[in-house]
Amino acid sequence: MFANILINGAITAGIYALLALGFSLIFGVAKIINLAHTAFYMLAAYFIFTFAYYLGLNAPLSATASIIITTAIGVGTYKLVIERIREHETAVLMITIALALVFQESILLAFGSHFRSAPSFISGHVELLGVSVSIQHILTFGVVLACLLGIWILLSKTKLGIAIRAVAQDREIANLVGINVGTMCLITMAIAVALAAVAGAMVAPIWTIQPHMWMRPLVMVLAVVVLGGLGSLKGSFVAAFILGYTVTLVVFLFPTVSFVKEAVALAIMVAVLLIRPEGLFGVAFEEERL
Amino acid sequence: MRDYAWSLRKSFQGEILAVPGTAIAFFFLLFLFFVPVITSNPYTLRILIFASIYAIYAASWDFLSGFTGQVNFGHAVFFGVGAYATALLNLKLGLPPAASIPFGALFAVLTGLIVGIPALRLRGHYLALVTLAFPIMLTGIVLAFPNFTGGELGLYGISPLSGSRVVTYYIALVVMIASVLILWKLTDAKSTFVRTGVILHAIREDEITARASGINTTKYKLLAFCVSGFFAGIAGGLSAHFLQIAGPSNLTLFFSFQPIIWTIFGGITTIYGPVTGVYILYPLMEILRGVIPQFRTLIFALIVIFVLLFMPQGLTSWFRDKIEVECPRCKLTNVATRQYCRACNAPLHVEQRLEQR
Repeated sequence: MFANILINGAITAGIYALLALGFSLIFGVAKIINLAHTAFYMLAAYFIFTFAYYLGLNAPLSATASIIITTAIGVGTYKLVIERIREHETAVLMITIALALVFQESILLAFGSHFRSAPSFISGHVELLGVSVSIQHILTFGVVLACLLGIWILLSKTKLGIAIRAVAQDREIANLVGINVGTMCLITMAIAVALAAVAGAMVAPIWTIQPHMWMRPLVMVLAVVVLGGLGSLKGSFVAAFILGYTVTLVVFLFPTVSFVKEAVALAIMVAVLLIRPEGLFGVAFEEERL
Repeated sequence: MRDYAWSLRKSFQGEILAVPGTAIAFFFLLFLFFVPVITSNPYTLRILIFASIYAIYAASWDFLSGFTGQVNFGHAVFFGVGAYATALLNLKLGLPPAASIPFGALFAVLTGLIVGIPALRLRGHYLALVTLAFPIMLTGIVLAFPNFTGGELGLYGISPLSGSRVVTYYIALVVMIASVLILWKLTDAKSTFVRTGVILHAIREDEITARASGINTTKYKLLAFCVSGFFAGIAGGLSAHFLQIAGPSNLTLFFSFQPIIWTIFGGITTIYGPVTGVYILYPLMEILRGVIPQFRTLIFALIVIFVLLFMPQGLTSWFRDKIEVECPRCKLTNVATRQYCRACNAPLHVEQRLEQR
């Protein structure tokens, strides 16, 4: 029981962290609240399903292809739609929700509302802390950790990462020192969508795939990002683990009322915000990130 | 008496008929009053009743988020509390609709206070994302106490709003017009006897400056939450009595986004914008439901995207810019086709002429 909670919680939290990281990144750099973020996660899961079942590709190849295609779609929508109205904040919120609905409805028309699932990357089980865990779950967690580490290295060590953080801190000054702000926003969008696509590809074999699968993670991602502090990557990571374990605990300890898991997670978020309005790691003046 | 009637007629001609925006609004309301004369098709009336109910709902969102700047992503919580409270008052205490709807709306006011208290500490994006949590938490509570709230199925067997569809139509229409007029008056920044309009504008534009000018911003922000909650609660109560059911479908994420979509489509910070948005988008969706149901939501989303891309200020603001022009000297609104102001005879379209030169 305890080991079950520990392992399932880690996977749930890892997926939330991956989604929240991308959401937080694009908000911090381009000041866009992208409510279509988890729709890209849904798209990636459907692409991997299509490639695996209709084209017969093997799992790693279809995962790679689906991540690349989803990222291309993300960059395309950013260029064609979101960037044009970036100054109107409420309009951005609505247009991203509308985009998510467009994706959802297109998938619904193409695949119907059946519950689907993608093939596992690897089969087999290992004994871990007394419970049998499939290698697929361990792989998921490993990929999540690798992505988080990769993003951390990218943002803290590379020249591109420093440029992205400079844009996040102050657009005008970044522009003055010769950083192409528009390109940086585009690159950040690509990274954020790619992270969502990785999350989608990793959950495709272990969770059910259906056209409405973006809504519940969206709520959780918003809760994670607000709890951690908007634009703070460390905060998103910590908050993802807090809420991921909360949700898993509710499901395991009170299985009869597991539908209240989101309500419990959101109640924790509201309670923390009453004490610390800027979130766990948010800075009141938004001067420092990462 | 005759003088009064004459001045009323004069102001009707000068203020309503001479300005295209208000003239269109006036004739549209007149048209709505005569709809049951033209058709008694229950399906048409049902769509228009829902349009009236949702117009109150969307306008109350605009009051809170458009005017006061407290962007609320969980507006469904007010609608849901109004619907559930009205249903419980009707079912458990046997109150008639005339009493259960206003008292149910008072519970939504209470919810407004509860949501408003964290809102006093949060700003901007944080507030928007936190308010999203409230309808979902309420859904959790509703599902956790199925004996009291009906659980997934909701509460049913609520007494109908009235005996006939036409009477129900007029009730919804009159309540809608009264609510929208009250909201419009409360947000009128030029009004001399209601001060809330200019104060709410000030809070949205710059809260610190508003506070420095001696405005108790805490009080007015809570007031905005309560007023908005009240009208959304009225809409919820009307919907519960009309459908005779109050269920958790009133609390979904999508239902919270609906008023935002209607408002931004129609034009935010206007009150008449959300009403226009509802009366265009809601019947359109219902027609599409009959014609091509599987493409309905896709078309809806595409319309929203294209409107936002080409008129980010919303439909009514874009349309008003085309048909109305403000006199540069006396600030009176004129029809765009006029060359000279109807009151002070100053030339309109000065900027365009300068551009042409």
